[in-house]
Amino acid sequence: MTVRFLPCGDTAVTVEFGDRIDRVVSEAVLRLNAFVRAANLPGVVETVPTFRSLTVHYDPLAADTASLIPEIEKLIDHGRGEAKPSKLWRVPACYATSHAPDLADVAHRTGLAADEIVRLHSTTSFHIYMLGFAPGYPYMGDLPDAMALPRRTDPRTRVPAGSIAIAGAMTAVYPVESPGGWHLIGATPIRLFDPRWPRPALFNPGDAVRFEPISEREFDAIRAAVAADTYRVACESVTG
Amino acid sequence: MTPEIEVIAPGLHTTVQDAGRIGFQDVGLPASGPLDRVSLRLANALVGNPPGAPALEMLLQGPTLAVLADSVRIALVGGDADIAIGFDRMRVVPAGRSVRLVRGDVFRVRGFGDSVCAYLAIEGGPDISPLLGSASTYVRSGIGGFHGRALRSGDRVPLALATVDVRDEHALSRPVELALEQPVRVVLGPQRDYFTDDAVATLLSSDYVISNQADRMGYRLEGPALAHAKGYNIVSDGTVVGAIQVPGSGQPIILMVDNQTTGGYPKIATVISADIPVVGRRKPGRAIRFVAVDVPAALRLRGEQEAAIRRDIENFRRVAKTGEIDLAALYTENLVSGVASALD
Repeated sequence: MTVRFLPCGDTAVTVEFGDRIDRVVSEAVLRLNAFVRAANLPGVVETVPTFRSLTVHYDPLAADTASLIPEIEKLIDHGRGEAKPSKLWRVPACYATSHAPDLADVAHRTGLAADEIVRLHSTTSFHIYMLGFAPGYPYMGDLPDAMALPRRTDPRTRVPAGSIAIAGAMTAVYPVESPGGWHLIGATPIRLFDPRWPRPALFNPGDAVRFEPISEREFDAIRAAVAADTYRVACESVTG
Repeated sequence: MTPEIEVIAPGLHTTVQDAGRIGFQDVGLPASGPLDRVSLRLANALVGNPPGAPALEMLLQGPTLAVLADSVRIALVGGDADIAIGFDRMRVVPAGRSVRLVRGDVFRVRGFGDSVCAYLAIEGGPDISPLLGSASTYVRSGIGGFHGRALRSGDRVPLALATVDVRDEHALSRPVELALEQPVRVVLGPQRDYFTDDAVATLLSSDYVISNQADRMGYRLEGPALAHAKGYNIVSDGTVVGAIQVPGSGQPIILMVDNQTTGGYPKIATVISADIPVVGRRKPGRAIRFVAVDVPAALRLRGEQEAAIRRDIENFRRVAKTGEIDLAALYTENLVSGVASALD
């Protein structure tokens, strides 16, 4: 894997591992992210892992920029081949028509039965590549090829919070109400983002997610428990 | 009684901003903070606040505020703005100096002139508990600041101090340079290779005009289109404040402080950190010309800017405290016509 260091002005450097969405590339990015965070390099203020690169933000008045790239290079070599522990989240998902405005359309476009789409979506273990677009928005993959569709040609101006969506090889959950162009095939009653939490996003890049089908009644019950702060999302530690 | 500032009229877009919310870009939350960190810092220093203290950022049009505290000390920095206190016997305090006001005073922040933004610092600051380490407002997600939004008429913003000492006031020895004609310095990349050589040459030799689509997320520019060499979609990667991204239209967008933390358009160049405030202040309709520098030069320029800010703070003029005659201030405030000739 060829690694490139791309300057982002005088406040960040992007360490690029590739130019495609790929699990091997993603693992390399997430490994380096963990090592850079642990290394506490002088002046480094935060890191942002994406599909294919790690952006290392630094304070231009505090960082030793001459040694920053060599230090990061050392960490890349150091990190090869090691596994990083992460979490597997079990996310309740309601695929009933009332929560899945685009499911019929997705079935029509893909030629798959709606039941089959739900089965495929709820039996795949998804990898969280990155969070972006909006606070707490997880880009998760990969969808089975049979489900891959381009984005909607007419994006919605308002997608409800909790909507489970698909586009291309990705699936996501809208953490808060926002505009959106992905196909909505279900909804979760859980909260993915809350600025009152010390770490405001439930998921981290590198975590795994499985969607577990629930009924509309269960959806309402869980949503009430979430509102009362009495619901905990099931989660287990895994070594990826 | 809680000391407060009451909003009589909110201005166009007045928010609480501090040094910014650092550490959550990996979950999609931008740092926010001021468009013009230099002016925010000077305003805070004028009232004796620490550099990153929360203050009010005002865009294009200032608010009218009433003092509901025994006394407050405020300072305004930004453009040609001034503070008009009272109505019948109006006092005018120019930008760049602190002033102590008392309960019942009503003041208006007027005319920013050539700057988009101005900052009103209050000694002790608004009493806003930090959210995720910062009092900055990220309006798009309703996070931080005063209820996650811009101020509205009738809001009462709580203050940390109920009263402030009578003491000499501070004034800037020289106005903040708006640098309206200064070329904006950029480092090429991170996706320089997604553009033709012609596109880079065009970027560095043309006038771009800031369009009306300019807000805290980004400033959309209008000018000669920039040609992509390998298409205009990239697999999303991280962005920084100042990144100049070029969507399919070829018209560049400078990402500003409420930037999306990741993006799928290639970025031809990045405005250096020293020049973010220069861009931040520049109004829609004004031109921008870009010039390329390398990273070491950008770091040196930022260091020089930092030294200049420190010098400006060390060189604050002392202004006689309220109630004493301050001829220099009277002259600059233009309150007493003929003062200059009378002294000659």
